[in-house]
Formats: sequence, structure tokens, C-alpha cells
Amino acid sequence: MAELKKERPIQLEISDLSMGFGGIQATRDVSFSVHEGEIYSIIGPNGAGKTTVFNCISGIYRPQEGSIRFQGREIVGMKPHKIAHLGIARAFQNIELFRGMTVLDNLMSARGFLLPYGLFRSALYLGKCVREEINARDAVEEVIEFLDLQLFRKTPVGGLSYGLQKRVELARAMAMNPRLLLVDEPVSGMNLEETEDMARYLLDINEEMNITVVLVEHDMGLVMDLSDRVTVLNFGIKIAEGPPREIGQNPEVIRAYLGEERIQGRS
Amino acid sequence: MGGNFKVSYREDMALFQTLWVKVWLSILILLLLLAPYLLSRYQLSILIEMGIAVIGALGLNLLTGYTGQISLGHGAFLAIGAYTSGLLTGKLGLPFFLSLPLSGLMAAGLGLIVGIPSLRLKGLYLALGTLAFGFIVEYILFHWDLTQGDMGMAVKRARLGDFVIKTEKAYFYFVMIFAAGAAICAKNLVRSKIGRCFVAIRDRDIAAEAMGIPLAKYKIMAFGISAFYGGIAGCLMAHYQRWIVPGSFDISLSIAYIAMIILGGLGTILGSVLGAILITGIPHWITYLTDVFKESYPALSGLIVDFKLGIFGLIIVLTLLFEPQGLFGIYRRVRLYWKTWPYKY
Repeated sequence: MAELKKERPIQLEISDLSMGFGGIQATRDVSFSVHEGEIYSIIGPNGAGKTTVFNCISGIYRPQEGSIRFQGREIVGMKPHKIAHLGIARAFQNIELFRGMTVLDNLMSARGFLLPYGLFRSALYLGKCVREEINARDAVEEVIEFLDLQLFRKTPVGGLSYGLQKRVELARAMAMNPRLLLVDEPVSGMNLEETEDMARYLLDINEEMNITVVLVEHDMGLVMDLSDRVTVLNFGIKIAEGPPREIGQNPEVIRAYLGEERIQGRS
Repeated sequence: MGGNFKVSYREDMALFQTLWVKVWLSILILLLLLAPYLLSRYQLSILIEMGIAVIGALGLNLLTGYTGQISLGHGAFLAIGAYTSGLLTGKLGLPFFLSLPLSGLMAAGLGLIVGIPSLRLKGLYLALGTLAFGFIVEYILFHWDLTQGDMGMAVKRARLGDFVIKTEKAYFYFVMIFAAGAAICAKNLVRSKIGRCFVAIRDRDIAAEAMGIPLAKYKIMAFGISAFYGGIAGCLMAHYQRWIVPGSFDISLSIAYIAMIILGGLGTILGSVLGAILITGIPHWITYLTDVFKESYPALSGLIVDFKLGIFGLIIVLTLLFEPQGLFGIYRRVRLYWKTWPYKY
């Protein structure tokens, strides 16, 4: 499977990405590329710079050095909303939903940029505005169905359980009709059942809708089961890349996660 | 519950969701139509004042309640609307039907400019920025020759073509049409893309940006729309009072508008309407009480006059304490109660 996907064109290409905050270097010369239709995981211990890479891709941070190319186009320096318009969606790690809105409105708001009507049509709510709203609702309902959120359509997101909020976070990203989905720790703090559900959704999104998924996750089981390829970051530096099985046996990776062999030997 | 099921998205998006809403609304419209025949001139003037306040409060709620941008300068936009229309009709002889939209647009234009700092300033800093804008506008109005400063400026009667809106009754209908139109437009905005962008920015601006919502555009747009509403309200006020002084558009007016939307319910259209009615009504209600008690308890009525502002403040504090979601919160609870009546849940 992984071999087959490698044949596909590169969708996201990150080269020599360096990002620092004051004295702290969050990532240093990180390079990797993601092929179309892949599930690509970035793993690493806490503070390794995984979320920083995501923030650079979605334009929230501007890296000091390096380039990020999406479908052949340089996106460093672009505004976050422009990057979103290109088809890069993001599900956040700490739930960043619009708490005052219902599940439905959260998804509809993520679709806003696909609705071409303006202020005056909106104020009068006539013609094109109504048509576009109905079309958007249609598309959003598909996402709701896909992620089994029908029961909570009109519930304010603040009142949902943690696991459900995580799912709405994913649904909101899906509502943007993306080509590339950045998912930041989708199963952190979830129980086994919720984790399995989430894994199924991610696989479905990838296989049925043919959306590229870039995943940041600490749950090794999930990463190993889902990913086509994995990159390992440690202290902002890429230490390994490859298919999950190779990564699991890479001594460098084991050292990063478990510490020096010497300590292992002692215990 | 309530057996209100819908079979199409169009129905689910409808402005008035149930039959009851339509029934109550028709009753309200009927009452408003009959009001000039049932009420005294003084009572009618209160309703006109309320109608104007509704327009202004809707504008501020779109900005502060929905988009989360605090503005302490809303009174300044009313001033801009009032003086623009006053000058256009008075000095340039422009007809009212042109000066009304122009006063809204003038306020909106300045609102867009005031909105620019909001791209960098948040919360208290933005509040301070808008407060400063209010002072600047007040200063200009005081010192500009054209506006005649403290002396005030006369404003012509509103006229539409050959028809001069002279009577209280005619102006009442005129203002009510605008208030209703303003409410419907505001409701349309918030139930469509624009409103969702506003709320998204209020709730999580970084996530909103990552969802493809251009922050700058929508924040500035919110300022523009809010100022437009303020400008229209100011223009209607000017042509109703027919005499405007800078002092009536000072910080206390801005704060009254903030009080309206907080008491009514932030981020709700109905709340803006209820809040505007309440805050405009309280002083008149207090005056009414003093009149009632004047005969039997002259001492008490004197006391009420002394404590007028205090009573005003007390009502606000009590509402905030016991109903933080404002009048809209009360409305929602009552509605829920009747929905499940006679069962408790």
C-alpha cells in the first residue's frame, strides 16, 4: 500500500524549516514531503516541535527559514485564511471550536469561504444567498452523517463531551472540503472505544474521500496502524523517517523515547 | 417536543420558525399600527425614542455581542449620523431621503477607519481606543464652526418628496418601519455567512482564520455595519428632535447603548430590541412613578427624583446579578417553560 502511494505526486513539500521563539529553537532544518492520498504521521516526545510544524503549515507562525510548498505553490508568508482557501484544513489539538455556536453552525462557518455571496445579499437573505446556504447545508449534512453527529446537530458545542468535541473539531475541518487535513492529536485523552472510532473516521476520510491526512499523535498504536509513513522529531530535529515498522525498530527513535541504552541496561 | 419537525433545509432556515412566533408577531404589528390612536403624544414620543434606540442597539450588538469587539464610541457614530444629515439637509439643501442613507454611509466610512486599530487591539485596549474616538468626535463637534458647538444646531423636518413628516404619528410609523427593517436585516446577517464569521471571530479568532475566515475583512466590516446602524439611528434622532447639541452624544450615550445590549442579551437580536426598550423606558417609568406619588407622598416622589440615576444603576446591577444572560435569558426560560407545560421537563 505504502509503496503504491509513493508513486503519487508530492502534495506537501517542506524543506529546511526552521522556527525559533527567542532563545528556543522549536524546529531546525526539518524537511519532509507528503504524497497525495497518504496518511503521514509526525511523532516525537513533548516539545519536539510537531505542533510548531503544523502552525507553520497553516500560516499561524511564519518560519524564519525554509519553504513549504503545497501542490507546487509556496505558502510561507501567506495569510492563514488564504492557506485555508487552498484546501488545507486543520483540526486543533486543544479544542478550538466556536463555543457559542451549535455543531451545525460550527460546520457551516468553516464552509463560509466557499459561499460566494456578499454583504447585501446576506442582509436581505434573498436569491443567491438562500440557494448557497441550502447547498452548503447539504454538504455539511454529509459531513455530519459521515461522522455520526446527527444527534447533536443543534447542540451548542460547549455542552458536548470531550470526545464528541474532538469529533466536531474533525468535522469542522472536513466541512471545508479540504485536499489536505492536518490533524493534531485527535485521540489525546480519549478512551479505547473513542480512539477506535476516531481511527475508523480518519481511515474513511483518507480512503473514501481521498484526502491526504497529516497526523500528529502520541498514541503509538494508532500511528503504527494508520500511517503510511512516519517522521520522528526530537528537539526540533528530524531523526528518522520511514514506514511505521522501520520506525519502531530504529535505535535512534527508541533512544529518543526511552532514553539512553545505558539507563535501560541499569534497570 | 412541541412536535415541530421540518422536512426541508429551507424550512429549517426560516426566519420565523413556528406558528406561534408568527401569531405573536402579527399581534405586535397590529398593536404598533393602532398605537398612535390609543396613546398620548407623550407616550408616542417614548415609543419613537425606543424605536431609534432599537436601531442603534442592533448595530452595537452586531459589533460587540456578535463579533466580540468592545466599542465605547457608539454614541459618536450616532453623532456623525445626526450631524451629517443635519448639515446635508440644512446647508446643502439635500432631500431627506438622500441624506438618511448618506448619514449612515458617512458613519460607516468612519467606522471602517475606527475598525482598523481593532486588527491589533483587543479587549480593554480596543475599548479605550473607541472611547478616544468618541472624545475626538465630541471635540470636533464642539469646536467646528459649522456645527455651532454648544449652541446646538437646528435640523429641518424630515420630508419625503412633498410629504413633510410633521406629526408624531407619521414619524412613529416612519421610525417603526426602519426599526423593523433594521431588525430583519440584522437577523438575516447573523443567520448567514456573515454572522457566522462574526461569531467565529468572537469565539476563537485563530481557529477562525485557519477555517478560511479573513479576520481583517470581517472585523472591519463589523465596525462598518455597526456604525451604519448608529448613523441611521442618529439621523432619525436628529430629524425627530430637530435640535442637536454635541452634549447629547457624549460618553453617557455610548454607555447607555452598552447597557442596552448587556441587559438585553449579548449576541442576540431579540435581546437588542428588549434592552433598547428597557433602557429607554426606565427614566420615563421613574418619572411616571414620581407623578403618581406626588399627590399622596410628596416626600417619596422627591426621593425618587434624587435617586433617579441610582435606581437606574440598581436595575442594571440587579439584572446582571440575577440574569447574566439578560432579558433574552428570561425569554428563553419562559419559552422553555411553556414548551413543556404542564410538565416540568
